[in-house]
Amino acid sequence: MNLKSILIGAVSAIAVAGAAQAGTITVVSWGGAYTKSQVEAYHKPWMVATGNQIISEDYNGGLAEVKAQVEAGNVIWDLVDVELSDVVLGCDEGLLETIDASILPPAPDGTPAVDDFIDGAIHECAVATIVWSTIFAYDTTKISGVSTIQDFFDLTKFPGKRGMKKQPKANLEMALAADGVPADQIYAVLSTPEGLDRAFAKLDTIKDSVVWWEAGAQPPQLLADGEVVMTTAYNGRIFNAFAAEDKPFAIVWDAQITDFDLWVIPKGAPNKELALEFIVFSTDTQRLADQASWISYGPARKSSGPLIGSYATKPDLLMAPHMPTDPENFKTAIANDFEFWADNADELNERFNAWLAN
Amino acid sequence: MTDATSKGPLTTADGTPLKRKLEQAMFASRLRAFGLVAPLLAFILAVFVVPITVFMVRGFHNPTYETYMPKSTELLLEWDGVSEPTEEMAAAMVADLIQARADKTIGRAATRVNQEYSGTRSMFTRTARKAAKMEAPFMAALVKAHKNWGKPEVWQAIKVAATSWTPAYFLAALDLKYKGDGSVVWQVEERQIHITLFLRTMEISLIVTLSCFALGFPVAWLLANLKVRTANLLMILVLLPFWTSILVRTTAWIAMLQGQGVVNDLMAFSGLNQVILQFMLLFRDYGDLKLASLCSNDVNGVLATGEATLQTLSAQAADAQTTCAAEMVRIYSASGLEAAVAQAGALKAEALRWGYGDERFSMIYNKTGTLVAMTHILLPFMILPLYSVMKTIPPAYLRAAKSLGATNWTAFWRVYFPQTVPGIGAGSMLVFILAIGYYITPALVGGQDGQMISNFIDFHMRKSLNWSLAAALGGVLLIIVMFLYWLYDRVVGIDNMKFG
Repeated sequence: MNLKSILIGAVSAIAVAGAAQAGTITVVSWGGAYTKSQVEAYHKPWMVATGNQIISEDYNGGLAEVKAQVEAGNVIWDLVDVELSDVVLGCDEGLLETIDASILPPAPDGTPAVDDFIDGAIHECAVATIVWSTIFAYDTTKISGVSTIQDFFDLTKFPGKRGMKKQPKANLEMALAADGVPADQIYAVLSTPEGLDRAFAKLDTIKDSVVWWEAGAQPPQLLADGEVVMTTAYNGRIFNAFAAEDKPFAIVWDAQITDFDLWVIPKGAPNKELALEFIVFSTDTQRLADQASWISYGPARKSSGPLIGSYATKPDLLMAPHMPTDPENFKTAIANDFEFWADNADELNERFNAWLAN
Repeated sequence: MTDATSKGPLTTADGTPLKRKLEQAMFASRLRAFGLVAPLLAFILAVFVVPITVFMVRGFHNPTYETYMPKSTELLLEWDGVSEPTEEMAAAMVADLIQARADKTIGRAATRVNQEYSGTRSMFTRTARKAAKMEAPFMAALVKAHKNWGKPEVWQAIKVAATSWTPAYFLAALDLKYKGDGSVVWQVEERQIHITLFLRTMEISLIVTLSCFALGFPVAWLLANLKVRTANLLMILVLLPFWTSILVRTTAWIAMLQGQGVVNDLMAFSGLNQVILQFMLLFRDYGDLKLASLCSNDVNGVLATGEATLQTLSAQAADAQTTCAAEMVRIYSASGLEAAVAQAGALKAEALRWGYGDERFSMIYNKTGTLVAMTHILLPFMILPLYSVMKTIPPAYLRAAKSLGATNWTAFWRVYFPQTVPGIGAGSMLVFILAIGYYITPALVGGQDGQMISNFIDFHMRKSLNWSLAAALGGVLLIIVMFLYWLYDRVVGIDNMKFG
């Protein structure tokens, strides 16, 4: 898939080199089912509509490559799909181009884009496409009756290993939620030293039963292998496992932690104008709704919600109930506080790693 | 003739001294030789020496703050770091904030300060938004914008950030903290991590090297002494994994060692796990092999019905009791029901910590997994140098030793083994130095106690973007490796190393 698109991109880049109209941009994303959803919903229609070409590349997140390219003055990526915390960091460090939100198209009913996007989805340096969330999931053939975040931390009621991402982000929030802190006060409590101790103390109760994962592809695998009975995961990965691979997994939405994925343009990108055109194209109401038929990440525009249909290859599988933004799922959701993490990531990562190592 | 030999220096036919002529000829050939190695030299300089040096410099030089906040930097560097921050400093800070906000560089300065004092990133960016409207007195205005401006330790942290040539990163790499007043203190205990990791990296590398030696030595001996056909076959078995991707081999170990993996399945099928379990219960040593209780029935019974189960257990013959049962009965008879139930609870908690309900061993996602996978991956680096050295040892030496009356052991230990030392040195050096910088395998199978320092260098390179700390950590690692190299040279002698 990837090689093919590179080849197509390369061949057509040569073919159209003479033509002034068409160009080529390099779009970088996370790979797997997620990149596929973008290729189907954004890339292909854009290439057909404009005659431009897209070289699709995969990466593993983080800003290291962007930073290296910008600092070396040799930027080869035009558009990158990043997490919110990296947007804040990259924008602050001057690694990203600013994006004028007024170029984004309004909703079909005329609502301006700035009002149509969910709060926080438009940033000085980025435009969000999806809302994703960190949830926890379990194998329905192994256990049943799991419904709250407390169950995840209850080793007596549900013995067995747990999977968690090896980072403080999301874990500390879930620990406090399980300890009875309401969703809207999580970050207020976390900002106090006592709150932090409380979160770590809660994590302590399951520390010895945790298998730590790093890449998004790991948790479904850990569940499938029976290595863990429950695991935190990105909701789209678990959805993909049960929708496309018929795995008997179920998602618990209690205390899900929502976050954005956003388009950013590295500072000095070679085809900035074209990349901006692509952003405008891919973040309109219809495209965002289209992407939601390929993977269960919620569109960043309110107006896309009603247009969400069923799973692309299974017409009877409606997507709406599997979206993080579905009202039923959203009740106890915690919105990732990027400012809290921008401020405290360094310290908490150190503390978390020290906690892990001792 | 007599002239030339006895009086003046030797000359060639054209009259130049022979020594000079020879030098000229040598120079030409040296130049040619240099011309031949020049591309390699340039390559090494360009892709190895220069980037490493440049990156190392980052470890103690970070001019971010100075570049974007020049006015306050000047005053901060003059400030002693102890007295009350002055109004003048506050005024310079406000001027810098306004300028940096206009240049959109405020975030870079804020990121730098945030590395020294958590929470100052938002303090900077928020204050910068209000800075343009601020009026004297500026200190009061800053404190009004964000209360942390009133804290002396915040100003000290900014002073540290403003010092471009700084030991702060190398100190941080050793769990120390450099403070604005020039003092050095230990990092708060809950954030001390690097020394633990350096020690663990050494420990893992050492164990891996020893395991590779123990496993590799006999294999290399076989390779060197078997008939050529069989030896070649064996060599292919050594080399095939060597040519396989590290990622593939690591993932294969996950499939082998995980809870529901091949090794655990085989042990459960053959009953070997029960044997090991009994053995461990015998010694009450659960160690790294945490496993669920064999005696879970007894423990659950006591927790559920208390007295009744304890009565039943007490009635059992001593040798029929499980270890847990024996212990609970002992406590029951000594200290009564409550203590026995408490003990059952403790055993249960322990059983839950072990993880698996059906006596499976945790061999992956921990240090055990890291050790096993790394040993396997690095084994060829031990076998190949050993083999090439053993191949050069004439078998006649051993025969001679034996014919002179040595036992097998003496012949091996006094005659054969000393000749393999150069190979052992080379192999151990290779394995140890490769192991010290390993990060893919520990990242995949290391879990929480199998992480190494390189995982943290990777973390600071890719995630936190704190490249200066990454450089400092790498620098410390480099120093350690060079020290060990020096030590090796002193003890064994580097000339004594042979790769083949």
